[in-house]
Amino acid sequence: MAKLESTFKNMFLSLALICLTVAVLLAQVNKMTAKPIADAKAMKLQGAIGEVVPEFDNDPVAEAFLMAAGQGDSILVYPAKRGDAIVGYAMNSYSNNGFSGNIQLMVGLDMEHRVVNYAVLQHAETPGLGSKMSEWFRDEGRASRSVIGRDLSAGPLAVTNDGGEIDAITASTITSRAFLEAVNRAYTAYLESLKAQSTEASAPITGETTKREPLTEEGGSNNEQ
Amino acid sequence: MNSNLKVLVNGIIKENPIFVLLLGMCPTLATTSSAINGMSMGLATMFVLVCSNAAVSMLKNLIPDMVRIPAYIVVIATFVTIIEMLMNAYVPALADSLGIFIPLIVVNCIVLGRAEAFASKRSVISSIFDGAGMGLGFTFALTLLGALRELLGTGRIFSLGLFPEEFGSLLFILAPGAFIVLGYLIAIFNKLQRDEAN
Amino acid sequence: MEFIGIIIVAIFVNNVVLSQFLGICPFLGVSKKVDTAIGMGLAVTFVLTIATIVTFLLQKGVLEAFGLEYLQTITFILVIAALVQMVEIVLKKISPALYQALGVFLPLITTNCVILGVAILVIQKEYSLLESVVYAVATAIGYAMALVIFSSIREQLALTKVPKAIQGIPVALITAGIMAMAFMGFSGIDQVFK
Repeated sequence: MAKLESTFKNMFLSLALICLTVAVLLAQVNKMTAKPIADAKAMKLQGAIGEVVPEFDNDPVAEAFLMAAGQGDSILVYPAKRGDAIVGYAMNSYSNNGFSGNIQLMVGLDMEHRVVNYAVLQHAETPGLGSKMSEWFRDEGRASRSVIGRDLSAGPLAVTNDGGEIDAITASTITSRAFLEAVNRAYTAYLESLKAQSTEASAPITGETTKREPLTEEGGSNNEQ
Repeated sequence: MNSNLKVLVNGIIKENPIFVLLLGMCPTLATTSSAINGMSMGLATMFVLVCSNAAVSMLKNLIPDMVRIPAYIVVIATFVTIIEMLMNAYVPALADSLGIFIPLIVVNCIVLGRAEAFASKRSVISSIFDGAGMGLGFTFALTLLGALRELLGTGRIFSLGLFPEEFGSLLFILAPGAFIVLGYLIAIFNKLQRDEAN
Repeated sequence: MEFIGIIIVAIFVNNVVLSQFLGICPFLGVSKKVDTAIGMGLAVTFVLTIATIVTFLLQKGVLEAFGLEYLQTITFILVIAALVQMVEIVLKKISPALYQALGVFLPLITTNCVILGVAILVIQKEYSLLESVVYAVATAIGYAMALVIFSSIREQLALTKVPKAIQGIPVALITAGIMAMAFMGFSGIDQVFK
């Protein structure tokens, strides 16, 4: 069979047919993979949360809410519960003052204002320098570097250069400062969450008394269906 | 079958897309910061190569000459989208490290080049072998480059430590390292080929 | 102030070729003479700016409106291919000399990963339309700059004695590597504008 002639009709039909087949094929594959893709995203988040808060048995992602984090900003807070009692909060915090821009952290605090753990979600810091923050600030062997277990109610964390207690990463002061900024930001949201939690416990169920913006249809853990 | 095997081996050594044809450089430099990244990128590209070569060869008599380039692009882009969706669904961590270079497979000159130079003129079976050969050659080159950079940069290959990280030079995982290691690899390849010809 | 940050980062800190590895094929292919390098740089700037605007509008107006984000790759590349065709036709009419000089490189801009790469990146970074345009123009300037510097070096290299095995592409790559190292010195420079 010889090649089709390049008449206008042939060109149009041929391209139209190919595009149509392609559109159908892609729509099918999209349907097939949409759920696995969403599941993978949720697992990644769930994994990060699991790393940073004490053991829980609820679904923090489903009960997530936005909380004010100072300077007109709000970040996502994930409550971790065992049964009905909240055991900790994981905050998806950030800083835009990293050496190469945005840093995203998942910071976990227990109910005593102490840092349980953190996980670096995203960053563009220099490999070998700023990127060390994934391990530097939880170096259990060196208390002057570690933020683990620190009680944030004693005041915001700062690097030693700024009069604080934390040793910055060698040659990466800017990254270190941004990291601590993210942790402090998480703490602000944590305090707001505690406040919201206590007012909810005592106020009538109107859902309007706090600045809480629930992300699920159910509207938060206190609104029974 | 013999001629098809020849086509396959051709893509791996004699007309290796990276070392000989010098095509598809962007993903080569960008995704080879580790051996596993390089290998995954190579395999993803091979998937697209085999599928698009097969499709173009099957459709070669239905595509009028004047619209062949847009037609090839649509076909290639389709398979790239498919592999992108499959990777995001089943190997999301890998898809994240390869990042923007998965959709960029569609502008990888190797794929369009083979569609135009080979698949549009040869049988479906031959085209599949050509796609596989080129894909294997590409994967081989990327894995080699990735392994070298990972080894020189961090002392590890496929995340298995061979020597302590402090002896590695961070430069090799960063941008300049990519250029330099590839440059030397091509030089070595050239020398070997020239020596063999003499 | 924020735009200055975007511009400085796009041109120097995250140079599209030397740091993000986009546009290498033409970078190695077109850079043997400074004139062609300048012409290529201009062509890329032009196509990149228009392509970014069109693909941005396409993404927001059509793909996201109808939940068709998975068609991004295929629609973007088709738009870019069509745009390059149009630029070719326009250029042939307006400046036949430049058209001749660019020769086969003009249609090759379609497969230039810079165009598709930047189009996808501005969507990923969630820039506004204005920020996307600024980013696109700055990226193109960075590309043109790297191209011109590189081609000047290569013109000199062609006159020197280079060992046989390294001649041609290998030495070009090693040169690019050294340039990339030099550009790494720019990291953090945007901190000045904070």
